[in-house]
Amino acid sequence: MTALIEARNLVRTLPATVPVTLVRDVSLSVEPGEFVALTGPSGSGKSSLLYLLGLLDRPTSGSLSIAGHETGDLDERDRSRLRLSTIGFVFQFHFLLPEFTVRENIEIPMRRLGRLSRPAMRRRAGELLESLGLAGQFDKRPDQLSGGQRQRVAVARALANDPPLILADEPTGSLDSKNSLQVFDILRGLSRDEGKTIVAVTHDLDLAARMDRKLDLVDGRLVADTATAGVAVT
Amino acid sequence: MTLLLELAFAHIRGRARQTLVAGLGVALGVGFSIAMAALMQGSQDDFVRQLVDSMPHVEITDELRAPAPQPADAAYDAVAYSGLRTSEDLRGILNPTAVMAALEAWVPGTVAPGLRSRALARNAGREAGISILGVEPDREVRVSSVAGDFVFGSFAELAAGGNNVVVGDGLGTLLGAQYGDTIELVASTGQVRSFRISGVFHTGVTARDEGEVYLSLTNAQILAGRPDAVNDIRIRLDDPAAAPGVALRAEALIGYKAVSWQEANEAILEALNVRNVIMYTVVAAILLVAGFGIFNIVSTITFEKSRDIAILKSLGFASADMRRLFLVEGLFIGALGSVLGWAVGYGLCLALGFIRIDIPELGDATSLPLTWSVWHYAISSALAITSAAVAGYLPARRAAALNPVDIIRGAT
Repeated sequence: MTALIEARNLVRTLPATVPVTLVRDVSLSVEPGEFVALTGPSGSGKSSLLYLLGLLDRPTSGSLSIAGHETGDLDERDRSRLRLSTIGFVFQFHFLLPEFTVRENIEIPMRRLGRLSRPAMRRRAGELLESLGLAGQFDKRPDQLSGGQRQRVAVARALANDPPLILADEPTGSLDSKNSLQVFDILRGLSRDEGKTIVAVTHDLDLAARMDRKLDLVDGRLVADTATAGVAVT
Repeated sequence: MTLLLELAFAHIRGRARQTLVAGLGVALGVGFSIAMAALMQGSQDDFVRQLVDSMPHVEITDELRAPAPQPADAAYDAVAYSGLRTSEDLRGILNPTAVMAALEAWVPGTVAPGLRSRALARNAGREAGISILGVEPDREVRVSSVAGDFVFGSFAELAAGGNNVVVGDGLGTLLGAQYGDTIELVASTGQVRSFRISGVFHTGVTARDEGEVYLSLTNAQILAGRPDAVNDIRIRLDDPAAAPGVALRAEALIGYKAVSWQEANEAILEALNVRNVIMYTVVAAILLVAGFGIFNIVSTITFEKSRDIAILKSLGFASADMRRLFLVEGLFIGALGSVLGWAVGYGLCLALGFIRIDIPELGDATSLPLTWSVWHYAISSALAITSAAVAGYLPARRAAALNPVDIIRGAT
């Protein structure tokens, strides 16, 4: 099986009078279905690397292939398109659109992609929410939900277009321990049961230990790549 | 696209009050533009209508645009004449009957021959310099605006034969003569004849009311001592706008100078054009100012919603989508303002229509001349929406250029 993410010598430097290098010469490959933790101290470049993998940012040099697409040659439009169909993002903050209901928020990426009919989108949004324990919350607005619920809606939105790859940036960072575990279990389940590839930035080493694989970054450099236990918390 | 519209409306709904204020700015701009255009166009139309009505659409006189070259002048470069004068002035349009027939064959309107001459009017020791126009009454009725301005009598009285004259009421006052009185006309040749006032008109133009006198063509020819002469052919067209073409063709056909009303009033028409330019400049300025309101609100939204922009981009929306989104918001405010502006403009026009201008000297009170045209609405809306598009595009471009990474990092 071909790798879902194939990165070669990725470098990201911020142009400035004194250029700042965020990511130094990172090469990695992630197989479908892997649940990968990106860890490292603050400022080690883990988020920067995640944004590069998520096509939100362009590497200064190096090559990156996502789901078989070489991304270096793609223009902004094609990168957006690839992101829409292939990558789902979950951030530390839920970033739901406050004017729309939970269900509408989840339908937005589907409508942008336009692959399903409107009733099918509606159905899928409902199913996703129910599977994440949010039945009955469909027509609420984000500010009427608790923090944990919002983060689960954000996960549902990331799954809306059924992307093979989920990128999560401190997905549990703003949640209490109970909600953290709940969200983590959901991600765990997505990887195990639905074959989603998940790359999650976290500074929580306990959580990282429960994923399949741990990548350690220090000062922008990939210093360790360890297989971990991958034990689900129940 | 409907998704972008929904997002745009969500943003606008969140800023309903400011949106309304920006929309009202546009609405006032559009409304005042419409009212101003209606008034400007109205007064211009009114003015041109009076201008067109008060004079022949094309006037052919016994002049040439350029004097005929002297044979020696044409033959030798070295020859030049100056101060040349013919021994006897035999002016007038040559062969008027043939000229009239030639014109009537194709001119879409009425053609009337006439003889213009200068004379003196005299009554009871009072004198006034006048311009005599000898006319064929039955044709004149269809050509002249004076036909509708009679206080007593009509052109028909001239056709009845006898020594009858039609004068303006101003001249009657100057001479102390009334309808039915007899006055003397003294021609430049020295010939004196008496005429009975069988018609009095009031055009409202002092120069005409005091200085213009109508005789039958025959009487005018006898008084001037120029039998069968015609030096002034006037044409009234079914369509006044066709005048320049008719004048050009008539002049090419018969050789005499033919002047359309547009040519005769070139300076005035030019001034009207300048007025229009001024008007549209002011309209554009008003709507530019309204555009700042739109710029302001769309800018505010892009700053306020930069997090949403970042998240939409991370979901897979392209920069072009973001540009479109905020452009739509600007355009929506512009369109909203336009529609409100139509109502404002319509209301202002109605209000202006109620204003009465009452100048006692002019008799009846008149209302402001207003012209209703769908173009005024269309043009001011088009300007408003253009201004909205520009005002929306500038912040939209900024929003599209936002780097989602910066914003997501900023939030953490």
